[in-house]
Amino acid sequence: MSKSLFEKIWEKHLVHEEAGKPSLIYIDRHLVHEVTSAQAFEGLRLSGRKVRHPELTFATMDHNVPTTDRSQPIQDPISAKQIDTLTSNCTEFDVRLFDLNSPHHGIVHVIGPELGLTLPGLTVVCGDSHTSTHGAFGALAFGIGTSEVEHVLATQCLQQDKPKTFFIEVNGHRASGVEAKDVILGIIGKISTSGGSGHVIEYGGNTIRALSMEERMTICNMSIEAGARAGMIAPDSTTFDYLRGRPYAPSDFDAAVAQWEKLRSDPGATFDQRLEIDVSTLAPQVTWGTNPSQVTSVDARVPKPSDFSDENARKSAERALDYMGLAAETPIEDIPIDYVFIGSCTNSRLSDLRAAAEIVKGKHVASSVTAIVVPGSFEIKQAAEKEGLDRIFTEAGLEWREAGCSMCLAMNPDSLKPGQRCASTSNRNFEGRQGAGGRTHLVSAGMAAAAAVAGHFVDIRQHI
Amino acid sequence: MEAFTQLKGIVTLLDLPDVDTDQIIPKQFLKRIERTGFGQFLFYDWRFTEDKKLNPDFEMNRERYKGASVLVTRANFGCGSSREHAPWSLLDYGFRCIIAPSFADIFYNNCFKNGILPVRLSESEISSLFEQVRKKEQFQLSIDLEKEVISSDDGMAFQITVDPFRRQCLLKGLDDIALTLAHEDDISRYEATTRTSIAGAAL
Repeated sequence: MSKSLFEKIWEKHLVHEEAGKPSLIYIDRHLVHEVTSAQAFEGLRLSGRKVRHPELTFATMDHNVPTTDRSQPIQDPISAKQIDTLTSNCTEFDVRLFDLNSPHHGIVHVIGPELGLTLPGLTVVCGDSHTSTHGAFGALAFGIGTSEVEHVLATQCLQQDKPKTFFIEVNGHRASGVEAKDVILGIIGKISTSGGSGHVIEYGGNTIRALSMEERMTICNMSIEAGARAGMIAPDSTTFDYLRGRPYAPSDFDAAVAQWEKLRSDPGATFDQRLEIDVSTLAPQVTWGTNPSQVTSVDARVPKPSDFSDENARKSAERALDYMGLAAETPIEDIPIDYVFIGSCTNSRLSDLRAAAEIVKGKHVASSVTAIVVPGSFEIKQAAEKEGLDRIFTEAGLEWREAGCSMCLAMNPDSLKPGQRCASTSNRNFEGRQGAGGRTHLVSAGMAAAAAVAGHFVDIRQHI
Repeated sequence: MEAFTQLKGIVTLLDLPDVDTDQIIPKQFLKRIERTGFGQFLFYDWRFTEDKKLNPDFEMNRERYKGASVLVTRANFGCGSSREHAPWSLLDYGFRCIIAPSFADIFYNNCFKNGILPVRLSESEISSLFEQVRKKEQFQLSIDLEKEVISSDDGMAFQITVDPFRRQCLLKGLDDIALTLAHEDDISRYEATTRTSIAGAAL
């Protein structure tokens, strides 16, 4: 019988099935960070349980960490306590920790793939919704709550209802200046923030096949913004080339590749939903509202609430425009910005930094704009510095920072002030996400860099 | 986890779709390392004004809703991040039941792990509830999870369907981890057989 990629991985991980109950599935990799794990470790302690497989569990601190001088102590005592708690929990439970001094430190969804922890055909979980990122490798990867973190620590399994499947076929040649970020924002704009609810999305089609691993991660990363349980892309030579030689990649790599090559949806595999998208006319995307589906093309205008026939969408748009301080029908390119954030598990990888550097090289950020570049990991930071990207950024007036989640959710000191408007390469434009009262516009790395220079949004297709 | 069997409580309203977990509990309050004490920060940026006073324009703040334990809201409640701090803050504030046309997946799941019952009703049923709650001060609903019925004293009644397994877990306040560990033989067998055939699974 024809099976989808998701079904193949799901079946291989079934530990127990019983009618009327969720299935018990096995978890191959458990990634842990400081914000969603303390209560889980505490739960283990209270019930006298151990971590069943410490060797499959990997931790780092990323959400709270400052991105400025690391030789200084962390100023916020509550952040410091949460970070120290992760360190002591990892020591107590024998979990490997990539701390701030580790050469492998970084955002959990950046370092998993970098280390070769994320592999095709594996199940990967983390107490973080952007775990969907790892699906770019043909893994089944999804975010879980803290109770489930404790459950995986104790049992290496999860109770899960089998999700539905959704195949999104993306075809067409992207215009120069249209990045993976624009493709996924375009998809979310089409299917809404709940369009993927209850589903695992598999992305395919010639556009997806032509993407680099870093671009595939950007696509899968934002699957959760469409409400999906997970996003995944069947592995191919792009995947295998990326993984070869990574620290935790299998030692018998060729044998692994032979197995991974079978990880694709069979012809005739059925899906609960399907969608075809042509990206040949897609423009760079800019969000105008307070959820990622409130998005439009850079050459368009801010919509009018009355453009939406659905009452919920209309109410949502009214509220969003009010929060964002935007008038309907304003051309997107006329929106001035105060801040630029280039970073996050969506767009902080070397290719993103290169795209941004190419645009700001020899130019300078607008005098009204503060711009920060936060690489996704220490490894990316080093690679970028080797290429001289850090100098391009600093000479152009952008700040070059240490790795972490930073202003994607502003749990660390990097945040917007009320009313400040930011062009951000992150994944969520929710109210207050980047700081109470802050206004976030989600864009690609190239678009963020161009906006930094111009002081407002610009269509980078005109400049490349 | 505290069991959930029956509840009779005051109903309050949040008339917005797509309420994300960043609104339920903003990130600056995620730094605590306990499960408790989050209620004071629930809907923080909406409940409080910039000078930290109760925002009179936020419907939930009205006196008539004081002591509410049931929240009725709009579609796709709890979208966004996986933070379990969202149900922790709702529970700590006093909510045991949340009624909406739909919920985001991770949030929905997290509710059951914390003794909160999330209930899906149709858009029209939700709209009629909004109407009734606004019409009558201290409007209360009775929720009977055993019988899967929600009703009001003035005769509103909704049949609800809760996944049978989750319903049992809530009714008995069962510990998920203990349930899974009862399958130790299955887990060990899987680790010794299927797992060894998956490239790269073991480290």
